[in-house]
Amino acid sequence: MNDTAQIFDQGEYNFAYLDEQTKRMIRRAILKGIAIPGYQVPFASREMPMPYGWGTGGVQVTASILGKDDCLKMIDQGSDDTTNAVSIRGFFEKTAGVRTTYETSEATVIQTRHRIPEKGLREDQVLVFQVPIPEPLRFLEPRETETRKMHALEDYGLMHVKLYEDIAKNGHIATTYAYPVKVNDRYVMDPSPTPKFDNPKIDQMPALQLYGAGREKRIYAIPPYTKVKSLDFDDYPFEVQKFDKPCGLCGAENVYLDEVILDDQGGRMYVCSDSDHCEERRANGHLGPMAADPAATHFAGGASEETVQ
Amino acid sequence: MNVFQPEAPLLQVHNVTRYYGDRIGCLDVSFDLWPGEVLAIVGESGSGKTTLLNCLSTRLAPTAGAIEYRMRDGAMRNLYQLTEAERRLLMRTDWGFVHQNAADGLRMNVSAGANVGERLMAVGDRHYGNIRSTADDWLGRVEIESDRIDDDPRSFSGGMRQRLQIARNLVTRPRLVFMDEPTGGLDVSVQARLLDLLRRLVADLGLSVVIVTHDLAVARLLSHRIMVMRHGNVIEAGLTDQVLDDPREPYTQLLVSSILQV
Repeated sequence: MNDTAQIFDQGEYNFAYLDEQTKRMIRRAILKGIAIPGYQVPFASREMPMPYGWGTGGVQVTASILGKDDCLKMIDQGSDDTTNAVSIRGFFEKTAGVRTTYETSEATVIQTRHRIPEKGLREDQVLVFQVPIPEPLRFLEPRETETRKMHALEDYGLMHVKLYEDIAKNGHIATTYAYPVKVNDRYVMDPSPTPKFDNPKIDQMPALQLYGAGREKRIYAIPPYTKVKSLDFDDYPFEVQKFDKPCGLCGAENVYLDEVILDDQGGRMYVCSDSDHCEERRANGHLGPMAADPAATHFAGGASEETVQ
Repeated sequence: MNVFQPEAPLLQVHNVTRYYGDRIGCLDVSFDLWPGEVLAIVGESGSGKTTLLNCLSTRLAPTAGAIEYRMRDGAMRNLYQLTEAERRLLMRTDWGFVHQNAADGLRMNVSAGANVGERLMAVGDRHYGNIRSTADDWLGRVEIESDRIDDDPRSFSGGMRQRLQIARNLVTRPRLVFMDEPTGGLDVSVQARLLDLLRRLVADLGLSVVIVTHDLAVARLLSHRIMVMRHGNVIEAGLTDQVLDDPREPYTQLLVSSILQV
């Protein structure tokens, strides 16, 4: 921490990169978002030193809520050590000098792209999502003026038209990520590109959830312990993906798994998408069926650049 | 279908006027529409038919005048004093709007079944099986085969699209349907089939209809009453047979005499 703090002291950046007026503006948007769960609050999104689509919204939210005592965890597709996570973690180490961690339970602010940690979050934690497209109705109704009106009038029949189409074409609701939810019985919200596997975790979560979309200039929020219901039909209820085998490395069941190709002979294994969860289980002595496999050992031994996600 | 006394009009139009800047869209139009009645508005292009229809269906606010509608609870309400939410609910439950170009009234990128089911889902139906069987039933009523239920309207012919649009509008059992040249752009044999179908549905369901057309044959076949418009004014109104057999105004006489005889 000392040398990063030193960089901060040199006055190259304001704490956490953004100037205080910008943070103030974003905090106001966040407060409004918390007051109206699921409502997309417009905000004056700033240019960030990274391209759109890399989490400029999430970064601005994190920068606005970060304090010097916070401990930051960055997740990219469940993993702490893939490109997006590494670069944004580096960004905040440099500009804010805050402590960072891989461990879910240690972090006070967790910024994530796609996944919610398998381990349950606590009331003193904040989960920040990077959102590419905040508007759940976007692909059904391209006019922004119209979708805003639909939100205002709670006119959400169209959302079910999409689910109807899924069932008619595939026999089941085939939407697997960005699965629409209704927040607090009022606003339909896009939980960003998280797999629908994580939707049940959003419901009644003890931690505060903040969603930032930089390009679309929207912030929305779900306060702790808020009812969040995934949309469905009476005769086709919402259900999450099921995996027929446990994690190859730690043997965990009922977690979200990634498929990893091991060679060009058809060798593959399924491992926890949440890398911290997997490592913690292995440290506690849980072993999966592939844990002794040389290829898997190589993979698990920290050769993170091989992670195919 | 008619739960009201026949002496109570469904729609009352009082001196509706719409200006486009200095130009007149329609001027001082008044009439009553009764439950189960089909009213045709005829006239040449630019005569203000569509402007009037858009005013009636709350798609275009009139410059002056009032339009009252008898809600399902029996109360007369001024359409332009309804809240946006009430107006939307009205438009997708108690009303229908059939566009000339079916693509304007359909969602072209979702299946026929979803097109018909959309209104049901919008009013809160959340049972897939029920929505689908209702959609199937309505496709049958407009003579679309059951095995086309999962096809996009893009793959439908012009006549089928128009029938699908009608099914989509009628699924919530509306009491009033607006139609803007529903047979325009269709060839003659398809027109005839569509008119037959419309006539049957209107009679079966006891619908009130306001239909805009430049085709006097369509007006003759479908409507009970007719209004002839010219330059934004209603110049003649009355029973369809009476107006078409014995036109009073010179312009109406001209219109009637200009029908091609084969």
